[in-house]
Amino acid sequence: MSVFAVLYDQSKCIGCGACEQACQAEHGQRPHKPTRLDANSFNWVQDLGKGTYMRHFCMNCEDPTCASVCPVGALQKHALGPVTWDHTRCIGCRYCMMACPFEIPKYEWHSVNPRIRKCDMCIHRVSKGLPTACASVCPTGATTFGRREDMLAEAHRRLKEHPHRYYPEVFGEKEVGGTSVLMLLTRTPIQDHLPANLPKHDMPMLTWNVLGKLPEIIVPWATFLGGMMWLTARKNKVAEVEHHTTEDHTTEHHTTEDDHE
Amino acid sequence: MSSLKVPRLTFWRAVYVVILALFALVFIRRFTGGLGAVSNLKDLMPWGLWIGFDVMSGVALAAGGFTITAIVYIFHLEKFRPIVRSTVLTAFLGYLMVVMALLVDLGRPWNVWHPLIMWNDHSAMFELAWCVMLYTTVLFLEFLPLVLERLGKKHTVHWWHRYLTPVLCILGVLLSTMHQSSLGTLYVIVPEKLHPLWYSPILPYLFFISAIALGLAMVNVESFLSFRAFGKRLEPEILVDLGKATAFVLLFYLVIRFEDLVVRHSLKYAFRFDLGALFFWVEVGLLMIVPMIILMSERLRHKPLVLAGAQFMVVLGMVFDRMNVSTTAFQLGTGVSYHPLWSEFVISIGVIAIGMGLFGLAVRYLPVFPEGPIEHPKPADPYVELLK
Repeated sequence: MSVFAVLYDQSKCIGCGACEQACQAEHGQRPHKPTRLDANSFNWVQDLGKGTYMRHFCMNCEDPTCASVCPVGALQKHALGPVTWDHTRCIGCRYCMMACPFEIPKYEWHSVNPRIRKCDMCIHRVSKGLPTACASVCPTGATTFGRREDMLAEAHRRLKEHPHRYYPEVFGEKEVGGTSVLMLLTRTPIQDHLPANLPKHDMPMLTWNVLGKLPEIIVPWATFLGGMMWLTARKNKVAEVEHHTTEDHTTEHHTTEDDHE
Repeated sequence: MSSLKVPRLTFWRAVYVVILALFALVFIRRFTGGLGAVSNLKDLMPWGLWIGFDVMSGVALAAGGFTITAIVYIFHLEKFRPIVRSTVLTAFLGYLMVVMALLVDLGRPWNVWHPLIMWNDHSAMFELAWCVMLYTTVLFLEFLPLVLERLGKKHTVHWWHRYLTPVLCILGVLLSTMHQSSLGTLYVIVPEKLHPLWYSPILPYLFFISAIALGLAMVNVESFLSFRAFGKRLEPEILVDLGKATAFVLLFYLVIRFEDLVVRHSLKYAFRFDLGALFFWVEVGLLMIVPMIILMSERLRHKPLVLAGAQFMVVLGMVFDRMNVSTTAFQLGTGVSYHPLWSEFVISIGVIAIGMGLFGLAVRYLPVFPEGPIEHPKPADPYVELLK
């Protein structure tokens, strides 16, 4: 379990965009109003109409799919919470983008030295004991930051207090094995803005169910193949010897040994 | 070697040169403008034609390499020995083509060696990277005796085949088992993004079994093509037996595939009136079940053109399967639209052209086919008459 978490309460969000500006400033990006997540927008406040809004940013999973699929470990989960990308490792295979259940990692499609871009949960601030940029500027308390167990307790307190206001679960408590971003959602249909029906178990175990079995498949398989090689070669030799003894050929025999190409 | 002839300019040679020129142009654009300049790939569709066709299908198409070496060196079915060389050569060139396409597709190809020292053994891609690197090396070592033989190093070749080839062969089968299946493992982690007719936790097993069927079918298709191009072919009897084997492996594959669909309650999607069902039936019905039935018929199997046609359908079916998993099923599952840009096709076709060119050179200068260098087919051969 990571130390810190961000709690986002959709019912308190007024769509002011302060978190977007703070995020862009923190990551040295040109100030702009995002219309989706992309290589220059790690945080997007979507206007759902009727005064409701939805923040989109990396969930910073407890057991991140992106980090598990990365062949070179360029994506890493930090004990404090953030999931970060390392430019010195990445080969640009984009498997992280394929695999992420939240479709978060973005790519610099027009760069010759492209990077994988996504929210890094302000690791530079968090490691100094500061809250994330988005949480530090939120005027309504829709985005808050703290220790994960405190955030979770607070979320459940609000759920209990206003059961009619919220979707009855804390999104991110159990989804894909838990995330370092927790969300209290209003009762708008969740599938409109978030992946619905995500499994409650972590995703990497799906791959590990296969990869983990490799040693116990490969070792017997190698033995079997070696054994077959020995067995059938012997069978052929026996057949050849029988052939020699039963039929009295005087013509020269090409033995397979010489005939090997 | 001073009098090198300038090749005569024919229509196909001109086409070849145009393809290579376009390939070079797109290649340069790729490394000056990024992937976005030459492809329709986007954030929600990070893998397209190059991964689906060049990598996923390319590796599968090269499966003949491990299938035939296993049949000959491990199971000692000697009658298949004459096709070992050409199959190993195509597999080796196939993997070189995969690597070539991968270098275009990878965003940071200069880091392609990173999996050697930066390990993440929980990643199917990591395993794939290692296996492809090692297997390409194994194929190179299996191919090397052809060159040595050409150079007249008889003793080395003899020694090589006696001590190295068996080891290389077993290594090759093991590595192929691992990475043919790993291509399926890549998609095991995206259950919510693939259409249920293609997603399965047993994708790795399905990919491995279908690779064997494809490998067998591919040997026949290659024989057919090299006959057309170089007048070189394999014994018709071998091809008939290969057809039988393909039919058996296909049957095994289809039983497992359908059983898995039933177990996961996903077969119902095949009986809907939509794109997913259509693609499924084209792939499984038209391009797998139909050729399987043809190949099962003793009578049809003995007609060289029908046999080659059925095997070609199997090849198409398996390529279609890899393409479906990597693009169609992914698009149907996520609702993203993607159509490859012309330049994506240029790279794919260019890579094939380079591979075929290398194959042609190898056939010309190396003892690839059992009877030695190229000669013109005898006109009296009934097989030749059939294919004219």
